[in-house]
Amino acid sequence: MDATRKIPSLHYLNNGHGLASWLLTKDHKRIAVLYLITVSIFFFLGGLMAVGIRLELTTPEGDFVTADTYNKMFTLHGVIMVFFFLIPSIPAVLGNFLIPIMIGAKDLAFPKINLLSYYIYAVGGIFVLSAIAMGGVDTGWTFYTPYSSAASNTNVVPTALGIFITGFSSILTGLNFIVTIHRMRAPGMTWFRLPLFIWAHYAVSLIQVLGTPVIAITVLMLFVERAFGFGIFDPARGGDPVLFQHLFWFYSHPAVYIMILPALGVMSELIANFSRKKIFGYSFVAFSSLAIAVFGFIVWAHHMFVSGISVYAAMVFSFLSFSVAIPSAVKVFNWTATLYKGSISFDTPMLYAYGFLGLFAIGGLTGLFLATLGTDIHLHDTYFVVAHFHYIMVGGAIMGYLGGLHFWWPKMFGRMYSEFFSRISAILVFVGFNLTFFPQFVVGYIGMPRRYHAYPDEFQVLNVMSSAGASVLGLGYLLPAFYFLYSLKKGEVAGPNPWGASGLEWEVPSPPPTENFAVTPRVTSEPYEFTPRVAREVELV
Amino acid sequence: MSLFGIPIFPEQASSFAMDVDMLYFFIVAVSAFFSLLIAVLVIVFGIKFRRKRVNEVGARIEGNLPMELMWSVIPTVIAMVMFGWGASVFYHLRRAPDESMQIYAVGKQWMWKFQHLEGQREINELHVPMGRPIKITVTSEDVLHSLFFPAFRTKIDAIPGRYTELWFEATKPGTYHIFCAEYCGTNHSGMIGSVHVLEPAAYQSWLAGGSEGSLADRGGALFNQLACNTCHLDTGQGRGPSLNNIWGKPVELSDGSTVVVDEAYVRESILNSQAKVVRGFQPLMPTFQGLISEEGLVSLIEYIRSLSPASTPAATGAQGATGAQGAPPAGTTKPGMDR
Repeated sequence: MDATRKIPSLHYLNNGHGLASWLLTKDHKRIAVLYLITVSIFFFLGGLMAVGIRLELTTPEGDFVTADTYNKMFTLHGVIMVFFFLIPSIPAVLGNFLIPIMIGAKDLAFPKINLLSYYIYAVGGIFVLSAIAMGGVDTGWTFYTPYSSAASNTNVVPTALGIFITGFSSILTGLNFIVTIHRMRAPGMTWFRLPLFIWAHYAVSLIQVLGTPVIAITVLMLFVERAFGFGIFDPARGGDPVLFQHLFWFYSHPAVYIMILPALGVMSELIANFSRKKIFGYSFVAFSSLAIAVFGFIVWAHHMFVSGISVYAAMVFSFLSFSVAIPSAVKVFNWTATLYKGSISFDTPMLYAYGFLGLFAIGGLTGLFLATLGTDIHLHDTYFVVAHFHYIMVGGAIMGYLGGLHFWWPKMFGRMYSEFFSRISAILVFVGFNLTFFPQFVVGYIGMPRRYHAYPDEFQVLNVMSSAGASVLGLGYLLPAFYFLYSLKKGEVAGPNPWGASGLEWEVPSPPPTENFAVTPRVTSEPYEFTPRVAREVELV
Repeated sequence: MSLFGIPIFPEQASSFAMDVDMLYFFIVAVSAFFSLLIAVLVIVFGIKFRRKRVNEVGARIEGNLPMELMWSVIPTVIAMVMFGWGASVFYHLRRAPDESMQIYAVGKQWMWKFQHLEGQREINELHVPMGRPIKITVTSEDVLHSLFFPAFRTKIDAIPGRYTELWFEATKPGTYHIFCAEYCGTNHSGMIGSVHVLEPAAYQSWLAGGSEGSLADRGGALFNQLACNTCHLDTGQGRGPSLNNIWGKPVELSDGSTVVVDEAYVRESILNSQAKVVRGFQPLMPTFQGLISEEGLVSLIEYIRSLSPASTPAATGAQGATGAQGAPPAGTTKPGMDR
């Protein structure tokens, strides 16, 4: 590395000191850092629950914790990871930090609303933490009625309210991104010059704005039924329990794409930049994001093939579910083709990108078993489903998040992390992940249902394999916490563009100044232009 | 089936287990092919096009329309094959043959209760004959459950207030798991049991032991006990319509619409008697919501079905399904009133 590189004297991190300058900041980059800290705490909490789950499942008897404790652990693992880690992770941290810089803007369209989003998210999180403090909740993250509304005697109400509140953070962030992408692009930054990261976030924002109100009203109805005894979902009070599933999945299936689409956007950046090559079929990759967002809304009932819906409804939803597989496949093929005749380097972010490709391919392909009616009847609610969605939501979304964090970390904090340890961690995550979740496909097909505290003996071998893998995976997730923190003070100075990457964010200093650009940039070229000297032409006006 | 002591494949014990497994292997093959294809390509490209100089850049390639079409169309075609094949297996799985033997299952926290037409009642155990299609009508008396037979490759949710059904034809004698697959609270993982598939002769001798009167008999007793018989006279001259020979037939309602008499209609008419009143009768019947257990309802349904001899499902054995013996079975709690 170049020894003459210096951290700029004034940048967003040191422009203002003291707690208030952080807690009341309107700078999208500082808000991104607030989110980074908060989602990391939630990730750690959710991870602790996973440790408890895997410990319990090493023996068939259910002898580590009681059944009630186990049920609370997997519920909180799901609630925290889905609503408080995965949904905000990439958009609220990386999206917040990068969207304005990538399009040449000084901030998001509504900086105050951005800060408000953060606090709404935090308040929702406090509700869930208080539910844990009061003894937890045991309904599963899916809150199926009438168990959640009439039978469970745990803290369903604060948890549901926490999710209801946090939803508004998601809606406001989505709105902010949509307006920003429409209105704040620098001169010359046309739609087809946008980095694919932006396209992915645009698609995600649409889902957040359109889908989140549905989960909000659903959990509100659950709250009303539970707190005031209205009969909405509970058949004993004249309600319909299956209605809840329709409403829940109408949001929660698209929510899977809220979690994975940003990771797909990160992937396009990583693949293009670490092969120094234009993304193959830019417009196909861009529009496949929108296609996933649209199709994602019409496949929800594939979660309900055994819930008594009619044979013909099941067939329609099975057919539609395959439609969402195609744009995902198109993306994977385009990334693979991008590598052809590239100039590929295996820095840590690219190791994550390669890992992502493998895990996302397996996650996507195993979705076919569940979209196919004949096999889903057997696989529904077994560990096969658990393995499938972890391949997408952990293998996909978290690999994307970590890959992105390793890619943009030097931009965010101006310093490099340990290359050696980061490579070790990328490899541990990939290997540990497969050891943990691949056996679950097998144990699912031989029939082990999910959410089982104790299980018949013949499932033990595969569960022990899974728990052993989880310890490797856990180590892989812990390592970055250490070398990232270490890098903040001791890391090598990165300079504006340590990777030789292309994109406006690599034109500004690292860390960027509060206003991002001293002068508004004028964009004159396509994205992902790589020339041997300069990554990209930017005329400064 | 296991490999090096690791179980990798479940027992195949139903007539359609093989169909499901063939479909499964087809998708495994497709998935393995595409996973390997991607893996080989990215590894080969990663080695072959590895960066050689610090300032090296990749070739300028924008894209290629024929290739985009190829990798959109081929997966679409494969997906349509999966859809069609999957839908046909599913249709078969969901349509119980007409000659199926009827069993009722009620899920409750945290047990499975089974009732045979011949009167046997079991908890977390189910005895079935090999080689006969068996239809299980399922409901729940509290929260959602899901009746899952991994060895038969089928499951269905148990939904309170509603009847769902699944069927299978067991092909191999033995004992297999019954699981609850839908999370239902504290002891969800304890809501498991065993299904015993017996040779027909062994099943007959199992049936012969310990019957306490048929399910329809119990329904008949409950029918009298609840004084249904004071209004639903055989003659049709009572305050309620005669229940003879109505099963599976349409009846006209007071609002002019018609409804076919089936499990759901009988259940609704007992629990919410004013919902669909038969034309020509006054809405006088009291509602029995909360007064009859799920098992009691099932027995009433079977009793009413037995009053239509032509539509009685092919029950095993010669035991009468006509409710001839009206007395409640001795030595048990009153059927249907055990809440």
